[in-house]
Amino acid sequence: MGSVVKQRVLRTVILLVLGVYFVLPLIAMAEFSTRGRNGTRSLESWTSIVDDEGLMEALVNSLLLSITSAVLMLVLLVPTMAWIRLRLPQLQRIVEFLCLLPLAIPAIVLVVGMAPLYAWVNYFLGDSALTLTFAYTILVLPFAYRAIDAGLAAIDLKTLAEAARSLGASWFTVLWKVVVPNIRVALIGASLLAVALVLGEFTIASLLNFDTLQVQVNLLGKRNAGVSIAVSLLCLLFAFVLLFALSYVGQRRRQTVAEE
Amino acid sequence: MTSVAPVATTPGGSTKTKGGAAGRPSPAAWLVAVPFLAFAGTFLVYPTVLVLFGAFQDSDGGFTLGNLSTLFTGVVFDAFVRSIQLSALTAAIGAVFGALLTWAIAVGNPDGMLRRVVVAGSGVLAQFGGVPLAFAFLATVGFEGLVTKFLRDNAGIDLFAGSAWLFELPGLTLVYTFFQIPLMVIVFLPALDGLRPQWREANASLGGTTWTYWRHVGGPILLPPFLGALLLLFANAFSAYATAAALVSQGSPIVPLQIRGFLTGEVVLGQENLGKALGLGMVVVVTIAMGVNVLLQKRVAKWVR
Repeated sequence: MGSVVKQRVLRTVILLVLGVYFVLPLIAMAEFSTRGRNGTRSLESWTSIVDDEGLMEALVNSLLLSITSAVLMLVLLVPTMAWIRLRLPQLQRIVEFLCLLPLAIPAIVLVVGMAPLYAWVNYFLGDSALTLTFAYTILVLPFAYRAIDAGLAAIDLKTLAEAARSLGASWFTVLWKVVVPNIRVALIGASLLAVALVLGEFTIASLLNFDTLQVQVNLLGKRNAGVSIAVSLLCLLFAFVLLFALSYVGQRRRQTVAEE
Repeated sequence: MTSVAPVATTPGGSTKTKGGAAGRPSPAAWLVAVPFLAFAGTFLVYPTVLVLFGAFQDSDGGFTLGNLSTLFTGVVFDAFVRSIQLSALTAAIGAVFGALLTWAIAVGNPDGMLRRVVVAGSGVLAQFGGVPLAFAFLATVGFEGLVTKFLRDNAGIDLFAGSAWLFELPGLTLVYTFFQIPLMVIVFLPALDGLRPQWREANASLGGTTWTYWRHVGGPILLPPFLGALLLLFANAFSAYATAAALVSQGSPIVPLQIRGFLTGEVVLGQENLGKALGLGMVVVVTIAMGVNVLLQKRVAKWVR
C-alpha cells in the first residue's frame, strides 16, 4: 500500500508543478492585457481589438483561409484516398509519402521554394491572401491524411461500395452518399485540425508578405503589446476549445464502434 | 468523376489477392488521383526540389558546391551548432518532464476531465503555439512581465541584470520547453496507455516491487518509444520558426532566423542560393533524426515479434 501512497504523492507534485508552469503565462497574459494607466485595471486592450481595422481584416482573411484550406483538403484527399482503397492500391505508398512529406520539410524551408512559385500564383490569380490556401492545404496534409486514413480503415469500404454499385449507384453517389456519411467523424476531425492550424500559421504568411491574423498580431506587438497579448490569449483559448471539442468527437466514434 | 467509373470488380475474382486487391485498374481509373497528384506536385514537390537543387547552383544557374561549403564556415556554421544545441537541450528537457506529465495523466481516469484538459492544452501548445507563445512569454518574463515586475518589486531581483537573455539562446530554450513538453505528452501517451495492468499485477504476484516493475517490465517496453519521441522533439525544435521569429527581431542566432534574413532581403551579391543551401542543411538534419527513428522502430518491431 506504501507504493500507492507514494505514487499519489508523486503524481500530485508533478501535476502541481507543471500545472503552475503552464498556467502562469496564461495568468500573466490576462494580467498584462488588463493593465491601465498608473497601476489601474482597464479593458482598453480588449476593447481596442475590435476597433483595430487591420487586425479585423487579417482575422477575416484567416477565417476565410481556414475554410478554403479545409475544403480544398477534403476535396483533394477524400476521393483520392477512398479510390486508392477501392481501386488503386498501387498508389497507396506514393500518396502516403506525399502526405507525410511536409513533416520532413520544415515550413521555413518550404517557404524558400514557395517564394518563386508564389510570384507566378500572384501573377495569375492576383495577390489576395486567399492564395495562401494552396500552401496551407500542403501544411494540413499530414494531419488530415492520418485522420481520414483512420476513418477509412474503420469501415468496410469495399463491401459498402460494392453494395451501392450493385444497386446501380454511380461512383459519385458512392462517394457522396456512402463514403462521406460513414467517415464524417474523421472528416470533422480533419477539418477542425485544419482550422486550428491555419488560424495559428505564421511562418509562410509572414515570409510571403500576406496579411493574416498571426502576422498582424506580431506587427501589433511592436506598437501595442497589450492588444497583441490579448489577441494571443484569445487565439490560445480558441484553439483549446477546438481541440477540446475534438476530444469528444473522438470519444463518440469509440462509442459508436462499441455499439456496433 | 462519374464519367471515369469502371464497373466494380467481378465477385470472387481479383479481390482474392492480398494487397493488390483491385487487380489491374483501367487507365481511366488513374484519372481520379490526378488532381491530388498534380496539386502535391506543384505546391509540395516543386518547391522542395527547387530548394534541394538550388542549393547546388550559383547565381547563374551553374553547378557549384560553394553554397554547401559556406555552411561549414562562419556565422552560418555557428547558427547550425546553436540550433542543434537548442534542439537537443529542449528535446531532452521536454522528453523528461513530458514523460512525467504523461505518466501523471495516464494513471488517472482515461475519460476524466483532467486528462481531456491536459491533452487538448498540449495539442494547442505543441502544434499551434507559434506567435501567441512568444507574447505569453513577454507578458510573463518580458521587461514589464508579471513575474519580472513581481521579483523586482518584492524580492529586489532584476531578471535582466545580466543581459537581455529572453531574446537570446537561454530565452529561446525556456520558450521552447512550452511546446516541447506538450508535444511529448501527445507522442508518448499512446505508449503509456499500451502498458497493461496485468503486467503490473504479474510483477506484484511474483513478489516484485515498483522498482523491479519499472526496471524489468515498464522501462524496457517504454525505452524505444521514449527514444523515438526524443528524436521527434529534436526535429520539431529544429524546424520551429514562428515563436523564435516573434521573439527575436534582431540578429539571427539560429538557422530558421538566418533563412528569414535571406528571404527578407539581406542578401549579399553572389549568395542568392545560400538560403537554399541552409534549407537543404535543415532537411538533412531533420531527415537524419527521422531516419534514425524509423530504423529504431523497425528494430523494435522485430524484438516484439
